[in-house]
Amino acid sequence: MSTVFIAFQINEDTRPIIEAILADNPHAVLDEQPAMVKINAEDTLVIKRESVEELIGRKFDLQELQVNLITISGHLDEDDDTFTLSWKN
Amino acid sequence: MDMKATKKKLGLKEKYAHMTRGLDWETTYQPKEKVFPQATFEGIKVHDWDKWEDPFRLTMDSYWKYQAEKERKLYAVLDAFAQNNGHLGITDARYLSAIKLFLTGISPLEYVAHRGFAAAGRNFPGVGPRVACLMQSIDEVRHAQTQIHALSNYNKFYEGFHAGASHQIERLWYLSVPKSFFDDAFSAGPFEWMIAIGFSFEYVLTNLLFVPFMSGAAYNGDMATVTFGFSAQSDEARHMTLGLECIKFMLEQDPDNLPIVQKWIDKWAWRGIRVLSLVSTMLDYMLPKRVMSWKEAWEIYFEQNGGALFNDLAKYGIKVPECIAQCTVDKEHQSHQLWLTLCTHSHAMGLHTWLPNAEEMDWLSAKYPNTFDKYYRPRFDQLRELADKGERFYANTLPMLCQVCQIPMLFTEPDDPTKICYRESEFQGEKYHTCSDGCKHIFDDEPEKYIQAWLPVHQVYMGNCWPEGTDPTAEGFNPLAKYLEWCHIDLARDGGDYEGSSDQANFAAWRGAATQNT
Ligand SMILES: [Fe+2]
Ligand SMILES: [Fe+2]
Repeated sequence: MSTVFIAFQINEDTRPIIEAILADNPHAVLDEQPAMVKINAEDTLVIKRESVEELIGRKFDLQELQVNLITISGHLDEDDDTFTLSWKN
Repeated sequence: MDMKATKKKLGLKEKYAHMTRGLDWETTYQPKEKVFPQATFEGIKVHDWDKWEDPFRLTMDSYWKYQAEKERKLYAVLDAFAQNNGHLGITDARYLSAIKLFLTGISPLEYVAHRGFAAAGRNFPGVGPRVACLMQSIDEVRHAQTQIHALSNYNKFYEGFHAGASHQIERLWYLSVPKSFFDDAFSAGPFEWMIAIGFSFEYVLTNLLFVPFMSGAAYNGDMATVTFGFSAQSDEARHMTLGLECIKFMLEQDPDNLPIVQKWIDKWAWRGIRVLSLVSTMLDYMLPKRVMSWKEAWEIYFEQNGGALFNDLAKYGIKVPECIAQCTVDKEHQSHQLWLTLCTHSHAMGLHTWLPNAEEMDWLSAKYPNTFDKYYRPRFDQLRELADKGERFYANTLPMLCQVCQIPMLFTEPDDPTKICYRESEFQGEKYHTCSDGCKHIFDDEPEKYIQAWLPVHQVYMGNCWPEGTDPTAEGFNPLAKYLEWCHIDLARDGGDYEGSSDQANFAAWRGAATQNT
């Protein structure tokens, strides 16, 4: 098993995104660092558009993630509803 | 009558297909090989360029939208920084040495990356990588510009920020380390460029540069750097993905590509690691308030993260680069050896160095229990003793440089940390020196390329690095002073020890003025 991760700047845009990720990925571990958070997860991590929309109360385009993204690890697959990082191919 | 339903917006995958593949064309009056002359000489075989897909599926229209948003956010912070004396918020003006190193050593690379990705985009016959390379090329010029803009706010107040991104990168002996990395990649073919920069630098190593560095800036109160750093870094996930896609693509297209790709990975991992030794000194010595040690950063971002990556690439037959055994030894020594060299040569540098204080040395002992007290504390103690007597030690010659990575010959033998490592090769009757087995290996594989290296120290001693009209036979001629003048360094202000510098005095005076009424 390998770890994938994603890191975001800490700000008002990312607060609900981080909350949604932690709710949708119970195996994920939050690592808080100065001005940023890194979320580590064994093997796979998924961000769901709907979960973010529920928390922010408006439409959300997953490509908006890019504005506050710092780094990722793992293979990415992105479509309209999910943004998935994994080491299985 | 019912309203006609509005047509559903295109999904991400469809939109990506239309906005990339749909925009390509076939050549008519010239054969394709003539339009893309660099696509084949490296030996990489490609059968179907359409197999290349950007997993972000970013199209040009979305790209502009999100990049514009990043710029607006960045410049709002830079205005606030300038309007509120943001430069006085840093922990201590020693911190600025790290930023000077960044501006002089890294920002110019962003510009070369911009040119390199523009060239790669031009030279790939496939439209998928062309679009991705175009975006990265625009990202990189944005990085160079925003870094220079952000740091120009420090140039109003502090020394050493005046010529870094232009003159010094071409001339200074320690800046040829990062410069030659990018130049050597750019002078290779487009596929090797992608492995060197897209894969080794962006995917395997960039986290070690940006993540601890930006956290370090945040820890040390540098709002300007945190902001441009994060703004640049937000493009980085896309760059890393491009690097990884590229390598998967080459390996999936033809089994003959494997040995070529493996050779490039071995070579560029080692070159990249050599460049990053500059970052090791930043984490362990230059940040007044530390985030993590170089060794810890190396373990998280290289050993664990790189480990996961190479496990994954094993299915294509890719092996972990050979240099890893050496790196496991080096992580305990690298920052100390390099900082000692910088400390004893900062009379020939455009930034300040200093000897670590007692509390900092205790931190280093705790982080490096196997090596610091045994090999390095005694040397710092001795330098401190001399400095206290008013005899701060500077070496009075410039160090010899490795013919390949251009790092001064300062690192030690893998099995003896008290003996400097030198390797020697012969080519066409001339001797060439390299710093390690890794660099010797690279030299021996491509001597024709590396004998052309422009090594600043060699050039200085050949008399090629003085201002025009210099007469070396004149009475009292001082070669070092003339070299520094040629580098646009004013030694009294820009170099030497931080202790007693104008940066130190000014920062203390201005911060005092900001908190008192007298
Ligand atoms: Fe960049
Ligand atoms: Fe070297």
